[in-house]
Amino acid sequence: MTSSDEALAQSATSADTAPGSQEPGAARGAQGRGTAPTGAGTWRSRLYRWDMKASPYAFISPFFIIFGAFSLVPLLYTAWYSLHHVQLSNLDGQTWAGLDNYTNLFQSDFFWNALKNTFTIGVISTVPQLIAAIWLAHMLNYRLRGSTVWRVVMLTPYATSVAAATLVFVLLFSPDTGMINWALDLVGIDPVNWRESDWGSQAAVSSIVIWRWTGYNALIYLAAMQAIPADLYESAALDGANRWQQFRHVTIPMLRPTILFTVVVSTIGATQLFGEPLLFGGVSGTKGGSEHQYQTLGLYMYDQGWIVGNLGKASAIAWSMFLILLIVAAVNLLITRRLRKSQ
Amino acid sequence: MRTTARTSRRAMTFAVVAALATGLLAGCATDDDSGSDGGSSGGAGNKGGTTVTIGTFGVFGYKQAGLYDEYMKLHPGVTIKENVTTRTDVYWPKTLTRLQAGSGTDDIQAIEVGNITEAVQTQADKFVDLGKEVDKSQWLDWKNAQATTKDGKLIGLGTDVGPMAICYRKDLFEKAGLETDRTKLAAQWKGDWNKYVDLGKQYMKKAPGKTKYVDSASSVYNAALGGESQRYYDKDGNVIWDKSSGVKKSWNAAMEVATSNMSAKLKQFDKPWDQGFANGTFATVACPAWMLGYIQEKSGDSGKGKWDVAAAPTAANWGGSFIGVPTASKHQKEAIALAKWLTAPAQQAKVFAKQASFPSTPSAYAGLKPQAATTTFFSDAPLTQIFSDSAKTIPVQVFGIKDQPIGTAITDTGILQVEQKGKSPAQGWDAATKEVKDVLDQ
Repeated sequence: MTSSDEALAQSATSADTAPGSQEPGAARGAQGRGTAPTGAGTWRSRLYRWDMKASPYAFISPFFIIFGAFSLVPLLYTAWYSLHHVQLSNLDGQTWAGLDNYTNLFQSDFFWNALKNTFTIGVISTVPQLIAAIWLAHMLNYRLRGSTVWRVVMLTPYATSVAAATLVFVLLFSPDTGMINWALDLVGIDPVNWRESDWGSQAAVSSIVIWRWTGYNALIYLAAMQAIPADLYESAALDGANRWQQFRHVTIPMLRPTILFTVVVSTIGATQLFGEPLLFGGVSGTKGGSEHQYQTLGLYMYDQGWIVGNLGKASAIAWSMFLILLIVAAVNLLITRRLRKSQ
Repeated sequence: MRTTARTSRRAMTFAVVAALATGLLAGCATDDDSGSDGGSSGGAGNKGGTTVTIGTFGVFGYKQAGLYDEYMKLHPGVTIKENVTTRTDVYWPKTLTRLQAGSGTDDIQAIEVGNITEAVQTQADKFVDLGKEVDKSQWLDWKNAQATTKDGKLIGLGTDVGPMAICYRKDLFEKAGLETDRTKLAAQWKGDWNKYVDLGKQYMKKAPGKTKYVDSASSVYNAALGGESQRYYDKDGNVIWDKSSGVKKSWNAAMEVATSNMSAKLKQFDKPWDQGFANGTFATVACPAWMLGYIQEKSGDSGKGKWDVAAAPTAANWGGSFIGVPTASKHQKEAIALAKWLTAPAQQAKVFAKQASFPSTPSAYAGLKPQAATTTFFSDAPLTQIFSDSAKTIPVQVFGIKDQPIGTAITDTGILQVEQKGKSPAQGWDAATKEVKDVLDQ
């Protein structure tokens, strides 16, 4: 009781002293300085008022200028390109194509194949990764000796560069000399051609993604778990819930917003998957294997744009990816709303 | 107690931050290595005057052979700076966009043979006409032809060429009961790549251990096509890849390899291919001159004296580059002078001595000296003789704008599906056709 009273009192006083909470900042500031500008019409006071209004915009402008130059303009330029026939070797010689690039794309087996691969690789990398991350976070949430060390170790894969990690995985998954086929051989399983088989290559690419991102997500979950009040667990324990039941009925519901966040971020990451399959493919990595079995949308776009030089088509792929991401975001929003209502 | 816990935690936090930072930095470094500019300057001590920049991909050997230092000594007012982008698939798009923007190019830009037609047909006005600056007769005719526009403008000077030979493992051939003498061997397959493939069937009957005859079907395809005048385009720039006699011949030879058991099924320049040299898993590889250094490096001492070189079935070319001077260059005069000097016969011979990149200027052939180590590695084969014979008789090949992506579609989709996934040659051809259509689609 007393503590909450104190808190109330404190918040009341802080409200009184909080700058700008009760009166407009400009007026207050002017009062504070008071002495110098007396007449409202002097240029100094006008300058001062202008300064008060404009400065905040000046302070936040660097981000928006950079965003405009490096994100918005390229985005619109790409949209413009996607409506033209453009070759990389002849950027000025573009001819109007209308929606040709898009209709060609939607009739192209390569596009749908890339979309399908992006989806399947996304699912088989995101789902196990998030489940493993929650489990890891749950384990780390117990009292452990040297818990910081464990947390640091978990984050190291994330700090490794994609290139370095993938090169190591390429060696591990090498069909003839790789460690994984060697291990499979020990248990009597036939070696798998990890780069050319359909599911094998996708599993290999996913394993790189899972390895890199599981620890990262686990730390996010861990942070959320530590914000769950301990008395919830205490009362659950009093009611006779074991650890698994506590996890299911206390931890998971309390983590729901965090889980949604990681799902959204991971989905965006999965849609843009590029570096891992590119480097996994070796010399001509943009093809994603002889049958394009692990060519993602990102790879297809890069192949069309920079290897083949069909910039118009590549731009159409880029915008299709953008639209797909918007749809994903919209679906996520719907689900979030549903969940909120059901709570 | 409490304070120690706190300091140790602080130390730990610091360690985390440090680890993350180094991790990120290391990440940048590795990424950079495969991507953007890894700038490296030619030499020190020459301050002031003009700085001429030269943009290359991979190893050109100029720096390795000490040519930059030599030139700067001869011309005290000039400093040379080389900008290397290791990956061609990064280098060329970047160069194309800079050429068209008219800014950001180096004073000299290297052009790979696979991109030269695209440059000739679409970027000719962005390059200085070097035909007026040099004595064109110094170069091999077919080399000049590749960099010349329809109205006779020469946009690049030939650096090296890639005359083809067959590198083979003498010891494995002996165990398989085949001929090991290089001239007799060359006579056995002379004139037809199918004869070379037929010898493979013989090899496989008594193949020592798990060894295969050849590294990959694609390498046979590339080698055979390198000797055909008709490739993917006709002289008017029309795509004729599916009717081309050269493609048909080479494809058939490759299919023989892919469907029989004679290929180690490796992809060239992949890690496992490198390991193949070290472990001696295949007995032959079609080798352009520039590949000798690579084979020597990857095989290590284990291959010394076991490898030998024989003339290829047909005179063929694979690879080779040009250097051109963009009109956007700020020091055109100095750049032209440097490009002329770098590609002159005397300098090309020096690069060959260091890097085994074969000169495109025949007058250099008489004085060529390969490194002693290379000669002993390849069983004292008369390397310069074999490669210069090939270089002089290579036919003029017609290239097209999308030569490279079409070639990749055929080897990395068509041939690879047959070789790796056991598809039929007809299925492989269909897949390649579909892929080429996607490449040509605008």
